[in-house]
Amino acid sequence: MKYTYYPGCSLHSTAEEYNASSKQVLEKLGIQLEELKDWNCCGATSAHSTSDYLAHALPLRNLVLAEKQDNDVLVPCAACYNLLKTAEHHMRCGGEGSEELNLDMQEIMGAQYQGNIAVRHVVDVFAQEEISAKIAGLLAKPLAGLKVVPYYGCLLTRPAKVVSFEDNAEQPQTLDRLLGVLGAENIRWSHKTECCGGSFSISQPDLVLTLTKKLVDAAQYAGADAIVTACPLCQANLDTRQHEAGGGPGTKVPVFYITELIGLAIGAGRSGDWLKKHLIDPVPLLRSLNLLAAS
Amino acid sequence: MVSTGKSIAPSFSFLKQLEDKSGQPVSRCYQCKKCTGGCPMSFAMDFNPNQVVRLVQLGQQERLLKSRTIWVCACCKTCADRCPNGIDISAVNDALKDMAAEQNVALGDTMVPAFHESFLASIQRHGRIYEAGMLLGFKLKTKAYTQDMGLGIEFVKKGKLKFLPEKISQVKEIKQIFEKAKAKEGSR
Ligand code: SF4
Ligand code: SF4
Repeated sequence: MKYTYYPGCSLHSTAEEYNASSKQVLEKLGIQLEELKDWNCCGATSAHSTSDYLAHALPLRNLVLAEKQDNDVLVPCAACYNLLKTAEHHMRCGGEGSEELNLDMQEIMGAQYQGNIAVRHVVDVFAQEEISAKIAGLLAKPLAGLKVVPYYGCLLTRPAKVVSFEDNAEQPQTLDRLLGVLGAENIRWSHKTECCGGSFSISQPDLVLTLTKKLVDAAQYAGADAIVTACPLCQANLDTRQHEAGGGPGTKVPVFYITELIGLAIGAGRSGDWLKKHLIDPVPLLRSLNLLAAS
Repeated sequence: MVSTGKSIAPSFSFLKQLEDKSGQPVSRCYQCKKCTGGCPMSFAMDFNPNQVVRLVQLGQQERLLKSRTIWVCACCKTCADRCPNGIDISAVNDALKDMAAEQNVALGDTMVPAFHESFLASIQRHGRIYEAGMLLGFKLKTKAYTQDMGLGIEFVKKGKLKFLPEKISQVKEIKQIFEKAKAKEGSR
């Protein structure tokens, strides 16, 4: 199994631990990766808030490049995944202006998007029966006693018709099932798909503060000791805005990437390097449950 | 929404224009308020999502273009997935933001547009986001220098902010994409 890997900007800066844990876990699972050559930023919220054209054209350049590398595109960042998937959908469904846009790509890049490759999110791939079974087979340290709520947020689930790989996007299950495979205690809660404020972390920190407080309160109310996500915006907002340095209330609920938890459970890669990037240190919790790899 | 007590003359031309621009069937709304019920940002809005839709139907262009709502919509698409009439209010808000910028009205929020501008400038220059440079651009625009200083220091300590930009080799392709986007806007 081989994919073209699209890290996106966050995974090369603020979410480096997501990048490292994704690569190391995928490698241990025998999934080959080749990074997309000369990839550009997908444009994120700023592009589609400003210009329809940019919102489709910036991700489309990546899809055109990816077709040259022949494999489906694998994306860990939920925001990049959402934008790339939306562009793919726009082109495949012949959305307004899509033909013209493809002609522009021809002019700019000397190639068009043919629709020969698809965009996949890492959680979608981990949730495939074959890969889940592989994870179960590699389990070295089941996450027994780790009470964690699965947090899906917006970008993996909405708009459901375009991006979701769940049976019911209002009640997503893939992260829940993965937590089960890892032997963690998957806690039911009320805020699985609520919004964390996404890209407002810098421009409107007070709004993000309000939303993250609601999320952390809900997680604690449900009895969770940790939160797991597959989105760098969710992780950053929850990790920074409950920390005093981010103006938060000082609660200390660690926020993991799903790849970090898989990595801990199957003993892939250098987990210490990922965990030390968190503002809310997850090590005390993991140590209290005896879940840290002996190193 | 505060009632002014005045009667308003509906304008259907604005409704038509907005439906075309946003691609959303705004006329279908029957004010069930399911959108507002699930909206995570309604606490920070001057008009609730259902009110945005109603104001569009009534042709209240000016009130909408100056509103804060259009800028603090998080584009979470909860409304879009739940509306029984298939209306995506974030797409309506995107169209309104675009009009507000075009018509040079006094914007209902300045921080969000300044952020988008700095973000896009970074892509245009490097092809990727250069966080440190983007943040500096945003601070210079908004003069919010002290906001999140503590957090910035934490990020530097954790090695989460890079001090050199990553630049892609074909930045000229990105520049051309931006030029095309600009030309499209001019021709609308
Ligand atoms: S959910 Fe749809 S129909 Fe109901 S008030 Fe909102 S926009 Fe109107
Ligand atoms: S997309 Fe905007 S208007 Fe709709 S629910 Fe989300 S924040 Fe509210």
